[in-house]
Amino acid sequence: MGENLLSVKNLTTSFKIDGEYYPAVDDVSLDIKPNEVVALVGESGSGKSATAFSLMKLHRAARIEGEVLFEGKDLMKVKETKMNRIRGGELAMIFQDPMTALNPLMKIKHQIMETLKIHKTKDRDEREAYAIDLLGRVGIPRPERVGNAFPHELSGGMRQRVVIAIAIANRPKLLIADEPTTALDVTIQAQILDLIRELQDDLNSGVLLITHDLGVVAEMADRVAVMYAGQIVEIAPVKELFKDPKHPYTCSLLNSLPNEELQGSKLHVIEGVVPPLNKMERDSCRFAPRIPWIDESEHEHNPELREISPGHFVRCTCYKNFYLKSDTGSNIAVEAQQMAEADEVTE
Amino acid sequence: MSNLLEIKDLKVHYPIRGGFFNTVKDHVKAVDGVSLNIPEGTTYGLVGESGSGKTTTGKAVIGLNHITEGEILFNGKTISGNGKSVKNSKEIQMIFQDPYSSLNVRKRVFDIVAEPIKNYHKRTKDELIAEVLGLLQKVGLPPGSLYKYPHEFSGGQRQRIGVARAIALNPKLIIADEPVSALDVSVQAQVLNFMQDIQEEMNLTMLFIAHDLGVVRHMCQHIGIMYQGRLVEEGTAEEIFNNPQHLYTKRLIAAIPDTDVDKIDENLNIRQSVKEQYNEHFHEYLDEDGRALPLVDITSTHKAALPAKG
Amino acid sequence: MPGDALSGLIDPTVPIEQIERLREQMGLNNPWYIQYRDWVLAMLQGDFGQSFFKQQPVLDVIGDRMMNTIWLGLFSSVLIYLIGIPLGLVSGRWNDSLLDSAITGYTYLGFATPTFIFGLVMLLVFGYTLGWFPTGGSVGVGVTPGTLEYVISKFQHLVLPSFSIALIGLVGTVQYLRSGIIETKQKDFVTLARAKGVSEGKVYTKHIFRNSILPIAAFFGYEITSLLGGSLFIETIYGYPGMGRLFLESISIRDFSVANVLILVFGMLSILGALLSDIILSIVDPRIRIK
Repeated sequence: MGENLLSVKNLTTSFKIDGEYYPAVDDVSLDIKPNEVVALVGESGSGKSATAFSLMKLHRAARIEGEVLFEGKDLMKVKETKMNRIRGGELAMIFQDPMTALNPLMKIKHQIMETLKIHKTKDRDEREAYAIDLLGRVGIPRPERVGNAFPHELSGGMRQRVVIAIAIANRPKLLIADEPTTALDVTIQAQILDLIRELQDDLNSGVLLITHDLGVVAEMADRVAVMYAGQIVEIAPVKELFKDPKHPYTCSLLNSLPNEELQGSKLHVIEGVVPPLNKMERDSCRFAPRIPWIDESEHEHNPELREISPGHFVRCTCYKNFYLKSDTGSNIAVEAQQMAEADEVTE
Repeated sequence: MSNLLEIKDLKVHYPIRGGFFNTVKDHVKAVDGVSLNIPEGTTYGLVGESGSGKTTTGKAVIGLNHITEGEILFNGKTISGNGKSVKNSKEIQMIFQDPYSSLNVRKRVFDIVAEPIKNYHKRTKDELIAEVLGLLQKVGLPPGSLYKYPHEFSGGQRQRIGVARAIALNPKLIIADEPVSALDVSVQAQVLNFMQDIQEEMNLTMLFIAHDLGVVRHMCQHIGIMYQGRLVEEGTAEEIFNNPQHLYTKRLIAAIPDTDVDKIDENLNIRQSVKEQYNEHFHEYLDEDGRALPLVDITSTHKAALPAKG
Repeated sequence: MPGDALSGLIDPTVPIEQIERLREQMGLNNPWYIQYRDWVLAMLQGDFGQSFFKQQPVLDVIGDRMMNTIWLGLFSSVLIYLIGIPLGLVSGRWNDSLLDSAITGYTYLGFATPTFIFGLVMLLVFGYTLGWFPTGGSVGVGVTPGTLEYVISKFQHLVLPSFSIALIGLVGTVQYLRSGIIETKQKDFVTLARAKGVSEGKVYTKHIFRNSILPIAAFFGYEITSLLGGSLFIETIYGYPGMGRLFLESISIRDFSVANVLILVFGMLSILGALLSDIILSIVDPRIRIK
């Protein structure tokens, strides 16, 4: 593997709540090589989408610190006019919700041609022909007709293909896919994932895949970074992560999935809730409140991300003696109790 | 074990109007001849992609949709005839997909949960409060939730409020329409677990509508797969997953991404070969209108819409 | 309202018998349904009746006034959109800035100020005190129609009343546009446009503006026809001979045949406005198409 295509160093993205900034992305560092798929996994509120938006500099009202080296250039220092040439060109993004990501008043082909126009000096006819060609390449039947349609005339799966066509229009070197299949049916999801794989092979691009679907991660990723409460808590090659997860959060997440063996019995439940941004303990293990049966002495102060085997990083020492509590979830009274406590914290 | 719910040849057609006089031009056959039985105390999973008619079927059972043809029997009694919708019944309740938009944001939890009770029973305010508190405890919400508004809760908690409302009248049948598809995995686990708890406790029967086969396999004893308004396969969870007969079922199952990292290549190959089969042979599984063929018995519990051999 | 067409018209010294005879002749003693039938039938045949007061066909009476009102309406609506849209754009794009606060402050004031008060103030300041514009009528006295002088005079008479209408009338447009823009700029497709590399200026012109102007476009038909219906207050204050003022006049002198036709005209205008709005919306929004 050669040079890093993308190298994120100490990225911190903070949002203002009641006049003060709180980091939603907290000191995230991450590398992506050409032709590599790195998955960023976590639940809503973990900061994974905020990370993606920071890389593209798409946040409107956030304070962003750190370095984002894309092919050696620090994007954070690039001027907005120059950034506009990178965005949608070498660095492109697939959006999550196909139903809202397209301009309802613009014909499909014009939405694709717009990005072609910004990044290439092609003439109009050429742009139009290429837009139609792209629609065909993302598997849209009768691309000429679809090109002249408006978004509301297409199904969700078709719209997501259009969103992908826009993202790959200028042959990006890095594709950020923010939950690209969450809104879709499984068979369409399979097709879209195939498509992303094909394109990646074709263009030798790197992909940052953001998702909460662990099945998709297992299938697509080369490496996985797990995020919790704004921090990366574990990074590992995909096989290692699924076979030998270390961080308590990763373990809990994998165990909360329904699977064959568990059929009809209880699923593992992670106790408590993700703390809100402005009510978070920031200098201790952020997952500690959700595994209260693990002794406090197992955690470290200001936990760090450490390499425990080649390429496998884990935050905090609490993974060493971690075990899953077997009977969680069945006891509703306990849950209610915890929720009441969580309420007190938020109030 | 007797069937709590029987659906016989249900059809829900919507007219398409057009032209100058707004006359009926055609019909959308959202549901076109679905029959299924749910034994008391069990969960039946209705699976299909968007537009397959699974939600329409659920809504027809609870009376939110007009029924074009067919019969629905609840507890052995007909609750609907041809061309009428089912009358509201306190014994059948629904849990909706999006816990946020299905709750009135201007009402407090107390009002939301008490509303169905007030519609059917005369209660004093104190009795109501006691009853609602009991329900909140059942779904695992702290008593302090009583006078809060929906926006003060997380997605999982909101779904609990939705469930509390649904079970307020001691229903026998719950229609759960994609109850967890808007939730994160860990929250999904919470909600699924406690739905099972409540089912056991109240001996509920459930019609569980979902597109996530993993979740359906976890929750349901029987599963029906819908395609374009008809069932293409029906059987126990075991039969559907281990011995799928219909090509569409096979394709759905093959499309689920598996977390078993050692089998990724194998799964991708299976998916690819099923897809090829599907592209080549799927038309054999359809009638001339592009709809599923009639179901044929495979075992006493397993049926599939297979083409005649030969 | 007590009285009928004769009570506002006739010299009180006329003997009762003669009034009775006139009443009988005009059909005023018929039962209401007969009167109504006669009226509807006449309308259908294009006979809108005579003004009791002016002894002229109603259509002639209204015709003159209508042209004046149409000019006033057109002029004010041009002003409304010419001033309102840029204000809304600025206010929405840089929301919560100082400029936005000033504009929003103005719209609140505009909402709170009654048109007739504002009209009076304008009249006082620019008409009497400063003397920049004429204070009444629709054209100067003694100017010959067709000359350039006539056109200029007409225009001068339009300025004050139409600004009085527009400066108050545009606050709705500004607020609609402002909230439309603020709502639209948070939409996913706008973020996607930025992710495509579209420059900030183009994001506004090509993506946000068109989407946020929809509610205004939808309202355009109503707005313009309501302006064409004339403004009762402004026309009265400025003594501008338009339909609004005519309406008030005909009611106060019990000239019912004129008032009736005016109400009919106002009704037609509202229906036309609704139709116009639907047509405009179907042109600008591809999701709505008239089959």
